[in-house]
Amino acid sequence: MSAGHEVAGTPPAKDGAEPPAREGARRRAGAGRWVVFAGRRLVRLVLSLLVLLAATFIMVHLIPGDPVQTALGDQATPQMVAQRRHELGLDLPLPEQFWRYVTGVVTGDFGRSIVTEAPVADLLTTRFPNTLRLAGPAFLLVVLIAMPVGLFTAVRTRGGRGRHVRGWFVNVTGLLNSIPDYVLATVLSLVFVVTIKAFPAAGDEGLSSYVLPVLALVAGPAASLSRIVRVEALKVLDAEYVRAAKARRLPTGLRYWRYVLPNMMTASLTYGTMILAGLIAGTVLVENVFGWPGVGTVISQAVIQKDYPLIQGILLVLGAAVLLLNMVVDVVLGVLDPRSRLGEL
Amino acid sequence: MAALSVGDLMVRYGSVTAVRGVSFDVAAGSVLGLVGESGSGKSTVARALVGLTPATGSMRIDGADLSSRQARRRVQLVFQDSRSSLDPRYTVEQCVAEGLTGVRGRAASARVAELLDLVSLDPAVAGSRPGDLSGGQRQRVAIARALAARPDVVIADEVTASLDVSVQAVVLNLLRRLRAELGLTMIFISHNLAVVEYMCDDLAVMFDGRIVEYGAVGEVIGRPEHPYTRSLLAAVPEIGQRRLLSESDVEASAVTDPASAGGCAYRLRCPIGPAANPEREICVTTEPAATAAHAHHAACHFARELDHPVGPRG
Amino acid sequence: MTAAFRGPRPGRLLSGGVPLLLILLFVFLSVAGPSIWGEAASASNVAEANQSISAAHWMGTDDLGRDILARTLVATRNSLVLAVVATIVGGCVGIGLGLLSAMSRRLGRALGALINVLIAFPALLLAIFFAVLFGIGSVGSVLAVGASFAPGFARITQTLTASVVSKEYVEASRVLGRGPIYRTFRHILPNIAEPVVLYSTIHIGTAVLALSGLSFLGLGVQPPVYDWGRLLNDGLTRIYVTPGVAIAPSIAIVLAGLTFNLAGERLSDLIAGRRSAPSARRSQPRPAEPAPDPAGDGGGALVDVRHLRVTYASADGRVTTPVRDVSFTLAPKERVGIVGESGSGKSLTAAAIAQLIEEPGHVEAERLRFMDADLLTPDDSTRHVLGRNMAMVFQDPGEALNPAIKIGTHLIEPAVIHLRESKPDAKRKALDALRAVAITDPARRFEQHRHELSGGMKQRVGIAIGLMGEARLLIADEPTTALDVTVQRQILRLVDRLGARTEAGLLFISHDIAVVSELCDRIIVMYAGFIVEEAATADLLESPAHPYTSVLLAASPRMGLDKSRPLVAIDGRMPGPDADLPGCYFAARCPRADATCLSDRPPLRELADGRRAACWHPLTEPGDVPTSEGATI
Ligand SMILES: Nc1ncnc2c1ncn2[C@@H]1O[C@H](COP(=O)(O)OP(=O)(O)O)[C@@H](O)[C@H]1O
Ligand code: SF4
Ligand code: SF4
Ligand SMILES: [Mg+2]
Repeated sequence: MSAGHEVAGTPPAKDGAEPPAREGARRRAGAGRWVVFAGRRLVRLVLSLLVLLAATFIMVHLIPGDPVQTALGDQATPQMVAQRRHELGLDLPLPEQFWRYVTGVVTGDFGRSIVTEAPVADLLTTRFPNTLRLAGPAFLLVVLIAMPVGLFTAVRTRGGRGRHVRGWFVNVTGLLNSIPDYVLATVLSLVFVVTIKAFPAAGDEGLSSYVLPVLALVAGPAASLSRIVRVEALKVLDAEYVRAAKARRLPTGLRYWRYVLPNMMTASLTYGTMILAGLIAGTVLVENVFGWPGVGTVISQAVIQKDYPLIQGILLVLGAAVLLLNMVVDVVLGVLDPRSRLGEL
Repeated sequence: MAALSVGDLMVRYGSVTAVRGVSFDVAAGSVLGLVGESGSGKSTVARALVGLTPATGSMRIDGADLSSRQARRRVQLVFQDSRSSLDPRYTVEQCVAEGLTGVRGRAASARVAELLDLVSLDPAVAGSRPGDLSGGQRQRVAIARALAARPDVVIADEVTASLDVSVQAVVLNLLRRLRAELGLTMIFISHNLAVVEYMCDDLAVMFDGRIVEYGAVGEVIGRPEHPYTRSLLAAVPEIGQRRLLSESDVEASAVTDPASAGGCAYRLRCPIGPAANPEREICVTTEPAATAAHAHHAACHFARELDHPVGPRG
Repeated sequence: MTAAFRGPRPGRLLSGGVPLLLILLFVFLSVAGPSIWGEAASASNVAEANQSISAAHWMGTDDLGRDILARTLVATRNSLVLAVVATIVGGCVGIGLGLLSAMSRRLGRALGALINVLIAFPALLLAIFFAVLFGIGSVGSVLAVGASFAPGFARITQTLTASVVSKEYVEASRVLGRGPIYRTFRHILPNIAEPVVLYSTIHIGTAVLALSGLSFLGLGVQPPVYDWGRLLNDGLTRIYVTPGVAIAPSIAIVLAGLTFNLAGERLSDLIAGRRSAPSARRSQPRPAEPAPDPAGDGGGALVDVRHLRVTYASADGRVTTPVRDVSFTLAPKERVGIVGESGSGKSLTAAAIAQLIEEPGHVEAERLRFMDADLLTPDDSTRHVLGRNMAMVFQDPGEALNPAIKIGTHLIEPAVIHLRESKPDAKRKALDALRAVAITDPARRFEQHRHELSGGMKQRVGIAIGLMGEARLLIADEPTTALDVTVQRQILRLVDRLGARTEAGLLFISHDIAVVSELCDRIIVMYAGFIVEEAATADLLESPAHPYTSVLLAASPRMGLDKSRPLVAIDGRMPGPDADLPGCYFAARCPRADATCLSDRPPLRELADGRRAACWHPLTEPGDVPTSEGATI
């Protein structure tokens, strides 16, 4: 605050003059401040990625027993195991192993599957986009449903009125929230695939094969996001500036568009990020039901087979996707809402 | 009775310096008033004295250092908002008993009843929760809790700010009575100069973490030397005086932030400083020094050059 | 409207009772299920393998001919016990971490950062990670789900603790010399317990879903042990043959999730209800005795209010009446002040005039007019009259500005909408308005947001917005209470100057009679939702008629008080909006009260020309103040 420069000898005008001391602060609010903000976020992203790398690396070393022995089975001779350990670099000192792991990941080398010996990177590049093709549209739908539903319910249930609307809302969203996506997926496939035969049973066979997986993914998150949107909207609707806008008799549409919506965005979007992250993870289960060729169908198999390089690779990619997503949303929020940026500095 | 002495108190919150070298003495059994705008550091001084905020500088009570937890108990603080300073889950008795040490069971109950009586509360409220009491009653519970620690010094931080005027008077009367009966030394923090004048013996005016004027309360209010004290006095609303609208401007501008370091922090607003008289460059270059405590003094290069006295008595 | 809120509501019974019943059912199944259906669940009978739904097997049989329904019922114990254990594991770890991070300065930053990173990861991803670490099986999956819950628990504990730690009662405890252990166990934990328990309840449901998800992936409990997820996983391959094998566990999972979810909702309702419930019983508002109409018939008045009453119906059917009976008029260009302590109904009176009372609030009045508009039957033109001719300034200068839009947008909106001005014209006018409230460099301020302005400046902007219409009335609700005295003085001067220039009427609300007396021609004193006195400022200050007014005046601090005498004071508390008294609402504190005062409501009567008071025994002699002896402590 005290970084301002003094304009000695030029008396500020009477009443309401600009405090020269604020001048500096204002300048920092410009480009420089923005760079600092983005820089900090980048540092945080890199740190989080490192934590993720370390976690997936340590995971393999914390597992009780020898992963190679386990993976090769009981028949493997000690020579085979030693040979394999050497191939995988598991006989090197830990820091060096970690360094090799990190440099490998950075250059796109995620190692090879212990079971199939196929490069993990290949598998990820073919499978991960499929997962995103489910999660992306699902997220869009979640937002498109939850925002209006939450806002509408908030308006209808303000100040303790609309008890029936509130009751229905709570019960229905509670129900949707309690149906795990894979159960919903199972039921949907039972009804539409088995009984009605309206949609393809499994796999990725054009547009119609999206319908059921996306539907199964959307229901729960849409319910929980609309609850959050409702709570946020109720807060904003009670804000003094909304009352002030009403006192100025601004038309209702304008009030919602300019006063309510932008102010409930910050919190809603933050939760929205967590929901999108949850969707990416949620595909793991739903893919299994519909035999969708994403990473989800691979991971459960990999865990059961203790195929650690593959597990590492999948966790890394999913984790990195989540972290990147958070970073993007933070930056978008920083642009939309200068306060969230200011709070950081 | 005990005397409190504070020397060169300095408090930093991160990069912000909230109190910048404050020194004062409170004579045993006397009341020092602390006034100033919000953010000027009044509450921070209070929090530093009771150990809620790390601070540098010396704090002594009758010559003894105030840094141990035991010594700290000799200074007690009563907070502004009794709604948040009393745990909503405690009964009044539990609240007050929290201040006691070394007594339990029946003896503690008896002592609590005594303390409630001391602050003129019906002992029957001992079983109620703070939420069921009125603001004035709650504030009295908070005072009783502070007294339970048998303090030598009581700091009252805006204790009547959230009370209705008619009840404010009840609490003020109580504080004055307690001071006389128990021989308490007090620091009374308020933004209302009229209340401060009534309650205090000495007065310290704070601006931007410093004491800019200090003296006997009658002296400071009757013959203010610092332009900021004059601006405060001119802003006291008083019934039927119609002073606020009639008097001419006493500030050079409506700037609210203090000026940056290097000169007088008040210079952006000061009507007799460089904002009005550009030739007074000393205000920009040199920080006005605060002279030794006790005599009436102000931290202003032109303190004694006020052309026309203002204020209610002026 | 009262009747609609009374009596038991079936909807609430349903949402309250059903979760409780379901929880009891689940507890029963967990305890008794295995011993009742255990045999049926494990008895394999190859002859009856893979049967569809039938009378003998309601949900069919699995590939070994075991009854699916029995297996589902038996699996309740495993599914729920594991879920509860997982929640406890996650809760203990998370709550511990959260407490640590909120209470220790140094550790706090590092832990907080860790929690921030972990919470970004979806729980399922974490659970898979931990499942790999802890191994496949019951123990592994419970630990994995517990570990994946920990960041959430840590976050909520951290947030709650941080808010409690900064409460003054915790600080007071420190000042009294209490140590951190005492503070944690006596102040912090009890005050965060409720929301944490609530969060845990909901999480048991989530744990059921998560554990069955892991089992479904084959990472959870391993055969021959089974839970619902395992059953579903086994059944999925045969869903096309015997749908029952998938349906039964699905229903169980959903029902369990729903039960704990609704139980959590219900708990939080209960907690919220208990917090907000006033201690008094529901009151039957009693119509006040009709007061005589204010002087004149209100013709030509800017504001004309007769017998205004504002009621609120709370969620549980109680009706409170914060504004009980208010009648007054405000002539064009007149400046009227309303004083009274907080809760006396000043703000709601203003809000009723500005048509800002929203449900569950309810406005009743015999007459409520602003200029030519009848506010009791508002139509579309009313909106424009109000928008154009009434301006309002609020107490918290920052909160009244929308943080998401520019200062300038606030200013031009009223002119564009109500006066149909073009945007450039409106902008020109806005810059003038900013200049008029003494904001320098208005062009730059126009482009800024509220967080870039100081408190005093925000209030100036609030006033400038009021200048954008053609205000005939400015309502200012405690516009200076949040400001420092020196800034208050500047704002009052500004209101005074602009009022004189625009010739708008002023309704100025404050708890400080000294502030009101600076600015207003006439003062209305409110107490407990009533007008107790109304008079020209000079008369009121000179010779208050109502005992409350006189106490208000005598107790207001002024310079040069005699330090040897105690202040005039009246202890006690104003009756709240839920009180229902037959007589005078001031009687409990009034030094002049007698039996009549307790039994009969004093009407607001005309005493002398233009002044009114609601008191059976008004102080007629000037300077006759209740004695300080009887009233002080
Ligand atoms: N939305 C509301 N719901 C229920 N009661 C309310 C509401 N708003 C205000 N009240 C009650 O109305 C009373 C008077 O409020 P208010 O007009 O704000 O008083 P004042 O402005 O004099 O402080 C208070 O007791 C308050 O509890
Ligand atoms: S030192 Fe200068 S600027 Fe500061 S108060 Fe005195 S005259 Fe004003
Ligand atoms: S009516 Fe009676 S109780 Fe009420 S103010 Fe007058 S004298 Fe007091
Ligand atoms: Mg109010």
